[in-house]
Amino acid sequence: MSLRLTFGTAGRILRQLRHDRRTIALILVVPTVLLTLLRYLYDDNPPLFDRVGLIMLGVFPLVIMFLLTSVAMLRERTSGTLERLLTTPIGKVDILLGYGIAFAVAAAVQAVTVSTLAFWLLGLDTLGPAWLVGVIAVGNSVLGMALGLLVSAFADSEFQAVQFMPAVVLPQVLLCGLLQPRDRMPGWMEAISDVMPMSYAVQALTEVGTHTDPTSIMWRDLAIIVGCVIVALLLGAATLRRRTA
Amino acid sequence: MSNAVEVEHLVIARGKRRVLHDFTCTVPSGSVTGLLGPSGSGKTTFMRAVVGVQKVASGTVTVLGHPAGSKPLRDKVGYLTQAPSVYADLTIRENTRYFASLYGLSAKQADAAISDVGLSQAKDQLVGQLSGGQRARASLACAIVSKPSLLVLDEPTVGQDPVLRNELWQHFYALANAGSTLLVSSHVMDEAGRCDRLLLIREGYLIADQTPAEVRQSAGTDDLDEAFLRLVQAQDTKKLAQAQDTKKVG
Repeated sequence: MSLRLTFGTAGRILRQLRHDRRTIALILVVPTVLLTLLRYLYDDNPPLFDRVGLIMLGVFPLVIMFLLTSVAMLRERTSGTLERLLTTPIGKVDILLGYGIAFAVAAAVQAVTVSTLAFWLLGLDTLGPAWLVGVIAVGNSVLGMALGLLVSAFADSEFQAVQFMPAVVLPQVLLCGLLQPRDRMPGWMEAISDVMPMSYAVQALTEVGTHTDPTSIMWRDLAIIVGCVIVALLLGAATLRRRTA
Repeated sequence: MSNAVEVEHLVIARGKRRVLHDFTCTVPSGSVTGLLGPSGSGKTTFMRAVVGVQKVASGTVTVLGHPAGSKPLRDKVGYLTQAPSVYADLTIRENTRYFASLYGLSAKQADAAISDVGLSQAKDQLVGQLSGGQRARASLACAIVSKPSLLVLDEPTVGQDPVLRNELWQHFYALANAGSTLLVSSHVMDEAGRCDRLLLIREGYLIADQTPAEVRQSAGTDDLDEAFLRLVQAQDTKKLAQAQDTKKVG
């Protein structure tokens, strides 16, 4: 692993993103608009917005980063640039970490923008501190990014890559405890939800929403998210093959 | 070292189908070696084996004294893929600087590579907005920027106009004179005459490993196109005879 190559690659990916103004706008505008819609949907029930809006602060960045990175990595694989990179001194881990850092920067900008809007303009109310919500939101988008990098290995085309979003992300949204508390699900369903990373992301956000101080459950959940990111990145590195048929 | 690339009994299979049959050949150091054959004959597969991104069934490929694709070679071998593999959403300059940075080279060296392929005027344009020929040259700039000891170029002149093709070949020779070894594929026979040595491939078989003069002589014609045809026919007759022999034995 080389810091120079990792950050060089992250810089290159951010430069690619910079040339794509529309994507930048979408990254920032889409979750903002969606959250605003949610705010006025629950206009007569602020406590419900406090609960659902808070969870959405974790869900939106995860979904968007998942889509972005799975397609970006797929392009790298199909355009021949990945094969070319693998003949140069750069290592596989440098490439993946480069992607990780670049999209984490984009994710952080997004999470901070959306959280700021939620707390200042939309009147989102949590018992815990807002900065903690921001930290978890960034963690979630990094998780979405790591999962996106991983699943790009199983897609041959952009058509397939975008379909991994409903396949991988939507089940997590359904079972994460947003629509039905997890302890009220049938046992087998709760078991599935137990192994889905988003369940912990949502639990961590709910903990901040309902406790003034960071709880040990929240720290554990955050640790689980970080663990999932590392595992997904390592699995992703294993899918980068220097030699192919 | 006299040979930049040494290939021994290389066999490559894709599924059950063999795409390269028992290749044994060498690429002399400092030469410009042409890899010629019709489309689909196995040129790209062979080049991928030389840069070490191709799974091989058996045999060895040794590059500059190391197994192909091994770590010590990564800053010594440059590879130009057939389809331009550069980032369409970056400018030529950003692309070249990124690839230069992978070798620890400066922005100045990147700019030199851009001017070597005649793209200085367009260096701030996004690659996605370039013509096919310009895009191919942008990709070439990224391959030559590190001044590699071995440069593997897969159809570098496709889609280029005659004037540019001539300039590119002059540049290839300048690189070879400066000490690089070049392995260049083409399916255009008039480029074969420009090479020091020729490897002729057809349907996964190596049918000649000679200088252009030797190819002309052994085929008995001055026209390389015609020479290639004759060599192919000779090979077909030989194969047919072999097949009949094995039938008789069986």
